Amino acid sequence: MDVRSQVAMVFHLDKCIGCHTCSIACKNIWTDRKGTDYMWWNNVETKPGTGFPTAWEDQEKYRGGWELKNGELQLKSTSKAQTVFNIFHNPHMPTMDDYYEPWTYDYQELFNAPPGDDQPVAKPISMVTGELIQIKSGPNWDDDLGGSPIYAANDPNLKGLSPEAQQQLFAVEELVMFYLPRICNHCLNPSCVASCPSGALYKRGEDGIVLVDQNRCRGWRACVSACPYKKVFYNWSSGKSEKCILCYPRLETGQAPACFHSCVGRIRYLGVVLYDASRIEEVSKLPEDQLVEAQRSLILDPNDPEVIAAARLNGIHDSVIESAQRSPVYQFVKVWKIALPPHIEYRTMPMLFYVPPMAPVLSQREGQHLTNVSEDLFHDIDEARIPMKFLANLFGAGVEDGVRYALRKQKAVRWYRRAITVGDVTMETAERMLREANCTPDEAEAIYRLTALCTFEERFVIPPMHREEAIEMMRDPQEHKQETGFGFLHGQRRAM
Amino acid sequence: MSTLLPLLDPLLFSVLPYVSVIVFLLMTIQRYRVRTFSYSSLSSQFLENRQHFWAVVPFHYGILAILAAHLGAFLLPGTVLAWNSEPLRLYLLEITGLVFALLSLVGLAASLWRRATVTKVRIVTTPGDWVVFAMLLLQVLTGLGIALHYGWGTSWYAGVATPYLRSILRLNPESDAIAAMPWMVRLHVINAWLLIGFVPFTRLVHVLVAPNPYFWRKPQVARWYGKANRSHP
Repeated sequence: MDVRSQVAMVFHLDKCIGCHTCSIACKNIWTDRKGTDYMWWNNVETKPGTGFPTAWEDQEKYRGGWELKNGELQLKSTSKAQTVFNIFHNPHMPTMDDYYEPWTYDYQELFNAPPGDDQPVAKPISMVTGELIQIKSGPNWDDDLGGSPIYAANDPNLKGLSPEAQQQLFAVEELVMFYLPRICNHCLNPSCVASCPSGALYKRGEDGIVLVDQNRCRGWRACVSACPYKKVFYNWSSGKSEKCILCYPRLETGQAPACFHSCVGRIRYLGVVLYDASRIEEVSKLPEDQLVEAQRSLILDPNDPEVIAAARLNGIHDSVIESAQRSPVYQFVKVWKIALPPHIEYRTMPMLFYVPPMAPVLSQREGQHLTNVSEDLFHDIDEARIPMKFLANLFGAGVEDGVRYALRKQKAVRWYRRAITVGDVTMETAERMLREANCTPDEAEAIYRLTALCTFEERFVIPPMHREEAIEMMRDPQEHKQETGFGFLHGQRRAM
Repeated sequence: MSTLLPLLDPLLFSVLPYVSVIVFLLMTIQRYRVRTFSYSSLSSQFLENRQHFWAVVPFHYGILAILAAHLGAFLLPGTVLAWNSEPLRLYLLEITGLVFALLSLVGLAASLWRRATVTKVRIVTTPGDWVVFAMLLLQVLTGLGIALHYGWGTSWYAGVATPYLRSILRLNPESDAIAAMPWMVRLHVINAWLLIGFVPFTRLVHVLVAPNPYFWRKPQVARWYGKANRSHP
């Protein structure tokens, strides 16, 4: 057992309202510089939809992530030898056209326009060339366009759905959509790190945050191709790759990342999980249908004395172990099993988990009467407007069981709380539902508490990052403390 | 002026090489120490993908092969001469060299066209880049001109260039032979020294970085506080 600690995340999709506050918070802090203008380290997509960059989930086009070749894990984008030849021209790399050309407006025009009969107009200007542009697409062009034949119909997750099920998604009366906020997953087996020819990408040992060493990056772009989630971006001005840093400067001072902190729907949870690094390779090679459960088995019980001893042996601080014991992520993923990894079939072992969203039922109206109560209390989980197979393609490598389990438990908790607060459902029925959903009243209360009433401290259990230990590497921490804030910083200047 | 003219050849062929090499060595190291960040390929593929392939790929393979041939003939002139002793093999070597030279010329021309015509790419092209492009174009053109105009260069390189380069390496420059060469050859040599001297001030520094640890490191990289970098899994 090789115990490591990882700052992991849960996004509760049933609570996401698609307001993009997270994206704006991130953009304002990290990516409003030249060359990063087109990047959205955090973005919110409408599903079904094509996302950002367009159709990022289509790995036949972008060739991100890992694949099994003769029982061995290999990057789908390139073999190790091929990498050298791809340095000059990367064959599967998305270009700016796959994202969008960033633009601003010529606001001066509003003030400087000569008097006339018409309102002056601020014309759109490319932030790359400075020339007037015709805006043809943007970062969120398919926002709320569930049911669109251009966007929703091209969602790669529709593959494997029967024609009827697909039809159902586009009938006007049955239109449905949900939101998928995305940041870097800070994977356990990151393909971006593995692909980097110069070794610039790395995982921080203490918290698992994946970073790009800007001084070491040579702009060879292998990571952009290799990341199946397309969350490594190429800074077209500085000539370096950049990505979500999970706001580590904020985490190091005990604050939640900006997108977490600003989340209006309070859908985001963050906490440490302890995992067994010695089993990552073995687990990454398993057949697709076993991956979700196998990844969960990597996460260790932070209350198990054996795990604690092994963690201490590996130099994990007691304060971090204690933090792992209070981790909301551990509850959602490991104990309740209602949070699932996105596209585990890419085999990168993402450390951001999603609670799948509930959806309205397919309405079956008979005259004036709507019947949705049947002997099988969970029938509407399978008859929800979002086809189970679609969610399974996103959160279960195509296997429906894990998604169904998560949705049944969520529904059982709802009915249980309804029995308590509204009273139109008998407690007997609610308890039967809990039993059938493999849940107890205590667990239901805990899920309810962390879903509906969660405070800041419950959602974000940020471990002490022990920054003083990092500073010790370079200098006397006392001296550093005295001098912090003095000196000169050099910005990213494009090379000659 | 007439009194200075005799000094020109020694300056260009005996002094310039040392100035260039010293500047190259000192300034690349200095730049790496002070502005490590600036060591990047500065790829523009993200802004334009299609023409990029036809420009960058032929140029790099062409120029790398030609540089390797120059180095090979410098290190092993005897081997090259022995290989060339049979006409058929000489023709084969000359044609191969010509093909790679043409590849680099085509790639370079395509690069220039792309940089000049695609607005997004022109935006990220600095004045320094244009100087580099002009010098590279001059170098490839003179190289091709020499190959076509003064035949069997693969053989006489061993007799002229190799002794000259070795004399420079021995710190005892003998530039008479090279200075007596036709103007195209002299231009090729002078421009080569200038290019070497310009490397630390241009995007050309990217030739100095190679995917070195990639082939023998483990797939994953982790960095720890206070520990040497260690890999997992």
